[in-house]
Amino acid sequence: MIKTLSRFVGKYKSTSIWTILLTAAEVVLDIFLPICMARIIDEGISQGNLSAVYKYGIIMAVLSILAFITGVASGRLASKASTGFVANLREGMFKKVQSFSFKNIDNFSTAGLVTRLTTDASNMQMAYQMLIRMCVRSPLNLIFALIMCILISPKLSLVFVVAIIFLGFSLFFIILFAMKSFKKVFGEYDTLNASIQENIRGIRVVKSFVREDYEISKFQKAIDRLYGLFCKAETITCINNPIMLLTVYGCILALSWFGAHEVVAGGISTGQLTSLLTYVMNILISLMMLSMAFVMLTLSSASAERICQVFDEDPDIKDPENPIYDVKDGSIDFENVSFAYKKDAAEYVLKDIDLHIKSGETIGIIGSTGSSKSTLVNLIPRLYDVSTGTVKVSGKDVRLYDVESLRNAVSMVLQNNVLFSGTILENLRWGDPDASLEECMKACRLACADEFIEQMPEKYDTRIERGGSNVSGGQKQRLCIARALLKKPKVLILDDSTSAVDTATEAKIQKAFSEYIPDTTKIIIAQRISSVKNADRILVLDEGRIDGFGTHDELMQTNEIYRAVVEGQQNGVGDFDRMEV
Amino acid sequence: MAGPGKGRRGASPKDVYKSLTSGSMVRIIKLVLKHYWIHLIFVLIGIILAAIASVKGTLFTQTLIDSYIIPLIGKDNPDYSPLLSAISKVAVIYIIGAASAFAYNLIMVRVGQGSLRIIRKQLFEKMEKLPIKYFDTHPFGDVMSIYTNDTDTLREFIGRSFPEIVNLLATLISTLISMFVLSVPLTVISLILVSFVVLITVKVSSLSGRYFGEQQKQLGVVNGYIEEMMSGQKVIKVFTHEQQTINDMQQHNEDLRKVSNNAHGIANILMPATAQLGNLNYVIVAVIGAIFAINGRFGMTIGTLVSFMTLNKGFNRPFAMMSMQLNSIVMAAAGAERVYSLMDEEPEVDNGIVVLKAVEEDENGNLKISNRFTGQWGWILPDRIVKLEGDIVFDDVDFGYRPDHQILYNIYMFANKGQKIAFVGSTGAGKTTITNLINRFYDIQDGKIRYDGININNIKKASLRNSLGIVLQDTHLFTGTITDNIRYGWLGASDEDCIKAAKLANAHGFISRMPDGYNTFITGDGSNLSQGQRQLIAIARAAVSNPPVLILDEATSSIDTRTEQLVQKGMDSLMKGRTTFVIAHRLSTVQNADCIMVLEKGHIIERGSHEELLEQKGRYYQLYTGNAVS
Repeated sequence: MIKTLSRFVGKYKSTSIWTILLTAAEVVLDIFLPICMARIIDEGISQGNLSAVYKYGIIMAVLSILAFITGVASGRLASKASTGFVANLREGMFKKVQSFSFKNIDNFSTAGLVTRLTTDASNMQMAYQMLIRMCVRSPLNLIFALIMCILISPKLSLVFVVAIIFLGFSLFFIILFAMKSFKKVFGEYDTLNASIQENIRGIRVVKSFVREDYEISKFQKAIDRLYGLFCKAETITCINNPIMLLTVYGCILALSWFGAHEVVAGGISTGQLTSLLTYVMNILISLMMLSMAFVMLTLSSASAERICQVFDEDPDIKDPENPIYDVKDGSIDFENVSFAYKKDAAEYVLKDIDLHIKSGETIGIIGSTGSSKSTLVNLIPRLYDVSTGTVKVSGKDVRLYDVESLRNAVSMVLQNNVLFSGTILENLRWGDPDASLEECMKACRLACADEFIEQMPEKYDTRIERGGSNVSGGQKQRLCIARALLKKPKVLILDDSTSAVDTATEAKIQKAFSEYIPDTTKIIIAQRISSVKNADRILVLDEGRIDGFGTHDELMQTNEIYRAVVEGQQNGVGDFDRMEV
Repeated sequence: MAGPGKGRRGASPKDVYKSLTSGSMVRIIKLVLKHYWIHLIFVLIGIILAAIASVKGTLFTQTLIDSYIIPLIGKDNPDYSPLLSAISKVAVIYIIGAASAFAYNLIMVRVGQGSLRIIRKQLFEKMEKLPIKYFDTHPFGDVMSIYTNDTDTLREFIGRSFPEIVNLLATLISTLISMFVLSVPLTVISLILVSFVVLITVKVSSLSGRYFGEQQKQLGVVNGYIEEMMSGQKVIKVFTHEQQTINDMQQHNEDLRKVSNNAHGIANILMPATAQLGNLNYVIVAVIGAIFAINGRFGMTIGTLVSFMTLNKGFNRPFAMMSMQLNSIVMAAAGAERVYSLMDEEPEVDNGIVVLKAVEEDENGNLKISNRFTGQWGWILPDRIVKLEGDIVFDDVDFGYRPDHQILYNIYMFANKGQKIAFVGSTGAGKTTITNLINRFYDIQDGKIRYDGININNIKKASLRNSLGIVLQDTHLFTGTITDNIRYGWLGASDEDCIKAAKLANAHGFISRMPDGYNTFITGDGSNLSQGQRQLIAIARAAVSNPPVLILDEATSSIDTRTEQLVQKGMDSLMKGRTTFVIAHRLSTVQNADCIMVLEKGHIIERGSHEELLEQKGRYYQLYTGNAVS
């Protein structure tokens, strides 16, 4: 884990090292201050020697100015190093995700990836800064202060050793128990939030069934539980404070007693005893900080682990060694293809698919949910690799092509398609960055998107909000089709991409396809028979197998599933509300 | 959450003052005081005791050197017994101090968590009373964030910062008092020097506060970009757009790095600056103190100076620590603002007086209220009892979600007991809106809706809604077993009732095939079930309450055909014998309706049975044949 992450320190390595060195310098300078104070007392005040007071005063002032400079410098460098490190990390993660195949993406949820790139990355920034500052400062402070104490009086230093061991153990156990309890608290907290979420989302159900009071009593129980767990967890951390106090007080009293003996016996001076008393706070606060850093680092180790999962994921689709860049035509062949999403899956989701599509053909695909329609077409642009058999485009195995060339030739409109924030034109140019306005307009005409775009106040410069939230479902689908057309593909795949477009418009789009892009192979997945009825051939899929393949009329004669679907939908009766206004 | 990642941010004293005196914050503080004033008195006593102990302890070091060590130096047989008794006395004080620190921390935990529990409860109770309009006009994320982010800021404030600030103030005041006791002139000098520390703290805090604001903004940009790209990752792959996205990301990321570096760079100055200024302060006071001691001015002794120096060191620290806590006040004020914005929302008003009660017939055939479950229900009007039948009339109803934007115009329609009314029309025609009016999720602007002859505005909302069954297009289930979810329709239902309802809804088959059957636990809105299965449970849930009137919003056909058939059958048997309003998507539903209402732009443009409407060759005919002209 550390090895993976440390790669991203990159050019901030020297900055990080300087931070550590400067922090160390600051600590050393800090440590000498109490010594000087002791000298002021012993050599200055006790002996009525004002010049000694001035001398050590000036030394102290210089020391603290130096400490100030090193402190500020180390702070600024720490900020540079930690923000730089996390920027590298974020960029590295983002690049890694870009190299992911669909299969890799499926292994993570979208929300999971977002959390890793945002919250987890920010956590790493905090952790890194802590690592190069607090985790240097506290132990050094502890060690130096202890060394100083030993130099002053090895005998009295025993008091510190005992205190450190006592406090160290106490803190360790407190942290251990507290973390366990807090884990429970956060679990309960998540449950509570989940139930609030459920309530808000289902508020219509709650109100319809007049279950407000019922929900409130449910909620009351949940917050009572949370209260109990929280109090328990925090009670443990409450022990922290008195233990710290008792240790400090214990040290002061022990030093007073044994120190008095030492002073009287002439072992140490009163000034030295004062320095020892000053070091009490110094040492114990360092220990406290160290334990805090320990807790924080433990908490962020969860983030680090999640981030590493991204880097450990192996992109499973790679370009071949000598790739083919040219896709000649749009013919597609499936030869004995079987496919499963997971290697160890018990059953293939596609079984023994043998399918040959000529370039320029229009193919409809129909089948119930779970019949693997989408899976089948995903294999063509090599979004997934087959488990057995081969998929060929233009007569060559898709695995022999350069992935980018293949995907540019095989244009696909996904089922859950998205538009990106930016103007309509910018979105269209995803298909072809160099497309002229005329070309974009032509594509929109083919996809029947021109009408509504023209009606918008800023036409092609209209801004699309994130996720395309300011256009209707049907408009979004048509824009996505136009975008895909701009690639001038050899194969165009529409995965249920006209479901929100009314049947008349859909027919218009299909007509435009056959007139203007006759050489492009068109594959149309649909729920409605009317969407596929006029295709050259229609493929009927059932539970991952080909159940029928032929024209509408042929299938009506021979295919039972197809006939049932047609009868169920009775000549294109659609969903009444899917019509665009 | 308590994890790292919450950036240290600065807050200027002005912000803090504004936050503390803001209306919402005052209300939060009042709420805490009202419920926990006794607790807080004990906390105050604890804090004072702890502070006294800590001051006593520091003062002890003065007497230690002056009274117990120096007199013993040079003696042959030093007598340590006065020292021993002094140490034991101080030890007792220390123990009292530590114990009271422990006690007030414990109480404070309860105050903090208890206050949060009260706030959460008030918040939730209030939310449950809000009209549907609130939920329709406030994005889900915003409402949710009140419970998570905003209550978290309050938790941070009440649970952590508040006690910390009180603690720091107590330390500060007690330190100041003991400093005055030790030496007035040195204290004055210290105070002058400390004011520099305060000044620097304030300056750095407000400066870093500004930079952190910029950082937050840029962080928002980067996070937004990441979110958008991650959810469009598959599209990026399909369009081989990886490199362009990486380039954009690098740009945003570099911008963030720069502002973030500035923000943290400034914030990191704070600690060394205050610490070293503190040290300088220490040196200056030490030198001046030494001069006093050597010249014997102001009664200064070594012991006094030493204890004073210890206090002086402790006097600097609280300011920097305080500045870290102040930010949480500003954040809590913003959180409190949003919490109260929900709490101050107008609740759903209900002026209805007519209630629904179980009734039975007496000897003369008149209805009377019954104390037991009779299966018969009646509307209790002031002067009579009307039997619940399920007769609904819309009389010239107008409606708009906003006064200036009308959605429905002059809706007339009636449904007699047991009749089915189907609504068809394009998206946005107002179908869902009509169903929102019957259960009074929204109130109509003009006209009347009558239920069994009673104006629904006169019916108590709870009674009205209890008499309506509803199955929505998006099915929402709740965490719990399948039985729990079905019972949601009628809390008094026995297990047998639930099974009977499931059988009616056609859900019994798939439920019994599940390994845990009816005890299958549903989580996350039923994510472990298919959409069709969720719908079947929702149908059973409506069935168990056995309502005379149903509102159904059929799902569009993207579920697989087999479950679809089950759902359809379930819906059909649920509708049997009940007055039904259905937003129809399925042909069979439309065909079997007694009356079809074709809606367009808020008007009923056609009405009649399937055959009648087909003959008209109007809008319905177009929708039906798919040959839409417009």
